[in-house]
Amino acid sequence: MCTVCGCGEGEARIEGHAHDHDHPHHHHDGHHAHHHEHDAHDLHFGAGPARAHVPGLSQQRMVQIEQDILGKNDRYAAANRRRFAEHGIFALNLVSSPGAGKTTLLTGTIERLRGRMPLAVIEGDQQTANDAERIRATGAPAVQINTGKGCHLDAHMVGHALERLALADERLLLIENVGNLVCPAAFDLGEHHKVVILSVTEGEDKPLKYPDMFHAADLLVLNKIDLLPHLRFDVARCIEYARRVKPDIGVLQVSATSGEGMDEWIGWVESGMRAASAARRGVVDGLQRRIAELEAELAALKGRAGEAG
Amino acid sequence: MHEMSLAEGILQVLEDSARRQSFERVKTVWLEIGALANVEVESLRFCFDAVVRDSIAAGASLEILERPGQAWCHPCGRAVTVRALYEPCPQCAGYQLQVTGGTEMRVKEVEVE
Repeated sequence: MCTVCGCGEGEARIEGHAHDHDHPHHHHDGHHAHHHEHDAHDLHFGAGPARAHVPGLSQQRMVQIEQDILGKNDRYAAANRRRFAEHGIFALNLVSSPGAGKTTLLTGTIERLRGRMPLAVIEGDQQTANDAERIRATGAPAVQINTGKGCHLDAHMVGHALERLALADERLLLIENVGNLVCPAAFDLGEHHKVVILSVTEGEDKPLKYPDMFHAADLLVLNKIDLLPHLRFDVARCIEYARRVKPDIGVLQVSATSGEGMDEWIGWVESGMRAASAARRGVVDGLQRRIAELEAELAALKGRAGEAG
Repeated sequence: MHEMSLAEGILQVLEDSARRQSFERVKTVWLEIGALANVEVESLRFCFDAVVRDSIAAGASLEILERPGQAWCHPCGRAVTVRALYEPCPQCAGYQLQVTGGTEMRVKEVEVE
């Protein structure tokens, strides 16, 4: 069993240099299935007998079924959240249906932030490292998590991906969830915000059809708006539906392909990043002030002890 | 939404409790499920039966205590009951609602031996 998080043997498919990652991980003992041909940064879950992944359970118990545990997930999410706060990492969990344009939005975001903000990406898909490869082609560090049959990322998988990324302080972390408008709504990854991406080639009533996801999200990015002239998509109605489910959801209209609206999106990301950095610096400054106060008290006590002696 | 995952979560809770509180068989499980938790109860029953096979809860019956969806309506300034996240306030028909209850998914009590 993994001594850091208690995950069972054989769940994670970790490639290449993963064997030297920084905690003693008995996943790597003896015979195991950690080798395959993809890139050395990626994680594969759910390749065991049941092809399912559950934080904290052994594969033996997963023979018949796919499984997960929300209580455990929430504890892993809280640990991720602490880590983000301590290091001033601004983490966004990007969720959408398959094909809404998450990866194109990501690559467009990375291009615009190049030289302005250091960032990293966690890519979730059932199979293939194609998306992580697309991200790495832009020069940004990326880890692919393959969930196997799993329909969502969970906080435990993200915790392992964070170990692999070894992020420096004050970074933007973009987590691209598995394309699915249902299950990822329930799995907190420890992120600051869920951002739901809906493309205008989908139905404008998706917020009503999949209310949990729109309720869980803080921002709706309406993507592919360059295609609006060719479609009968009622933007105002879509936004009204989203606000029925989540009255205070923010809305941005963008086209990751044409670049329209991308400045507003980048502005939103940058202001969140500034807030996360400021919060961390506030904590660090507070601790430093406290250390200075304690040192002053100690010096005063030593001084008095000297006088008394 | 992911009832198989939830059923596994329930079994994990039961097994942890069995170790801590020294019981060997679970006969009945009472769950609290909120109306806004997006849980399909019939699907959860089906999954639970499959998941607990060959476990301490094999054959256990599952009792569901449904909890109403509750929200605070800002225009009305009062708590109201809603059945779904996309439903309007039953008083003013507006959507300025903040969910305050009915999202729970919890193992409430178990009958053991």
